[in-house]
Amino acid sequence: MKVRTADNVATVFFWLAALTIIAILASLIGYVLYHGAKEIDLDFLTKPAQNLRAGGGVGPQLFNSFYILVLSMSVTVPIGLLAGIYLAEYAKRGFVTGMVRLCIEALTSLPSIVVGLFGLLVFVNFTGWGYSLMSGALALTVINLPLMVRISEEAVRSVPGELKEGSLALGATRWQTVIRVLIPVALPALITGVIITAGRVFGEAAALLYTAGISSPPLNFSNWDITSPASPLNPFRPAATLAVHIWKINSEALIPDVRRVADGSAAVLILVVITFNILARWVGRIIHGKMTASGR
Amino acid sequence: MKWKNEILGKWTSFLCAGLVIVITLSIVSFIGIKGLSTFINTGISPVDVLFSTDWIPDRPDAEGGPALGILPFFVGSIVVSLLAVSLSAPLSIMAAFFINEIAPAWGKKMLQPAIELLAGIPSVVYGWLGLSILVPLIRNAFGGLGFSLLAGALVLAVMIMPTIVSVSVDTIRALPGSYKEAAFALGSTRWQAIRTVLLPAALPGILTGIVLGLSRAFGEALAVQMVIGNVREIPNSLFKPATTLTSGITMDMGYTVMGSLWNNALWTMALLLLLMSFVFIILIRLIGKKGLA
Repeated sequence: MKVRTADNVATVFFWLAALTIIAILASLIGYVLYHGAKEIDLDFLTKPAQNLRAGGGVGPQLFNSFYILVLSMSVTVPIGLLAGIYLAEYAKRGFVTGMVRLCIEALTSLPSIVVGLFGLLVFVNFTGWGYSLMSGALALTVINLPLMVRISEEAVRSVPGELKEGSLALGATRWQTVIRVLIPVALPALITGVIITAGRVFGEAAALLYTAGISSPPLNFSNWDITSPASPLNPFRPAATLAVHIWKINSEALIPDVRRVADGSAAVLILVVITFNILARWVGRIIHGKMTASGR
Repeated sequence: MKWKNEILGKWTSFLCAGLVIVITLSIVSFIGIKGLSTFINTGISPVDVLFSTDWIPDRPDAEGGPALGILPFFVGSIVVSLLAVSLSAPLSIMAAFFINEIAPAWGKKMLQPAIELLAGIPSVVYGWLGLSILVPLIRNAFGGLGFSLLAGALVLAVMIMPTIVSVSVDTIRALPGSYKEAAFALGSTRWQAIRTVLLPAALPGILTGIVLGLSRAFGEALAVQMVIGNVREIPNSLFKPATTLTSGITMDMGYTVMGSLWNNALWTMALLLLLMSFVFIILIRLIGKKGLA
């Protein structure tokens, strides 16, 4: 009887723990969206930020966030994919492979601010680019690369062995097998992985403070000359992203409506992250369905 | 042609994997060299930096020169992350068992995405939430400024929860089903099976999750910096403001001149962060070895 009671009490506590976590999440998301949603409108999403007066928007910051993400992912994805293919297909057990795995582990556990400082030394000072989108994008790449390698390796490894063996038996080289068989089959998992990694760095700020900078010079969105400092496309201009902007206005800005801008920006960030989350599940499933003519 | 591609493909992919090593080694050497520059040719002894609480980096030479004791930062980091883990771990482990052993299908469907979403919330948003909810709450309840060790620890506790939960869930799921069945066959209740069989068996994995959480808490910068108050003293109460290695770097890196003593001390703090992250890796490897034995 006593044992039964203990079991029931324990069950109640496990339920309470689970409900507590759900409650924390619901209240956090609810709080952000409740306070933020009413600040978000077209003006807020497109107008430039103000330095001293109220009423600023986050247009350039939002653009910077997406642009730096694209820049960074266009470096991360090919390198990460190839490294993952190497680990899954070519690597033999040995010193180099062990070293690669150890380095992946080390990179994964590095605090992002340390990566940011490394970026400050190498991508900002050593290259002479100064605070720039490019420096920030490369710092983000360093943060994301280990995850991308892992995801690619896993995706390639999870391809059924018969497919690979069939291709090799038909006389294809390993590389042909990789390109024509493994990557297409692994594609849904790869795309899901890319979206997940993208979502992860979209909100990154600590690594960007001292690489992409915390200021946003005025941009002219009708200027598409990539070399002009006022062009939004110029990758060598300093650029605060949305996440950095939230930190900046809280720690040093002089605008009177910090609360409004921060609430709105936090809500935008959360909405984008949720969208990435949903997209990752959804796109993977759709491509899988299309390719295998199943699902639907 | 086909073999040319083969060789090209193999070597490009090898180079990409090698790049991971190059990046890691250059991070270690760049941060290492910068971090040690505080001690090289300056006559400053590492003991005065690592074990001193005097942080007066701008004291003029007439009054004894700059004092670069980073102990308050280091202690702050350790205390706040240990607090965060001890708040977060019990709840996370219980949630992990709940997901695997207790939850009905719909409960699993609710909790798992919830945890993924928690993991996805950017750290500045956590910082902002701490600033706008926790800090005023603590100020009203306990007095003081509200910016405090407690606020930092609570924000971190929520942030590292997904790490501990997901690692624990995976570990518990990977346990052989026969363990549980044997326990039930011997007449255990579910709680007895969890307490006496599953928890001990899963302990190495759960500990790995806890160390990963600890390491994440230790390295987190902005969320902590926004709520902890950034007072460079070792706090004597939960409700007092404190500082951490990451907050110190965040606050001052932009305002100090590269190469100055003050700036170098910040790089020493970065090196300390880097070394600590390696300590956590070693810890995880040790736990892994023990788990196999």
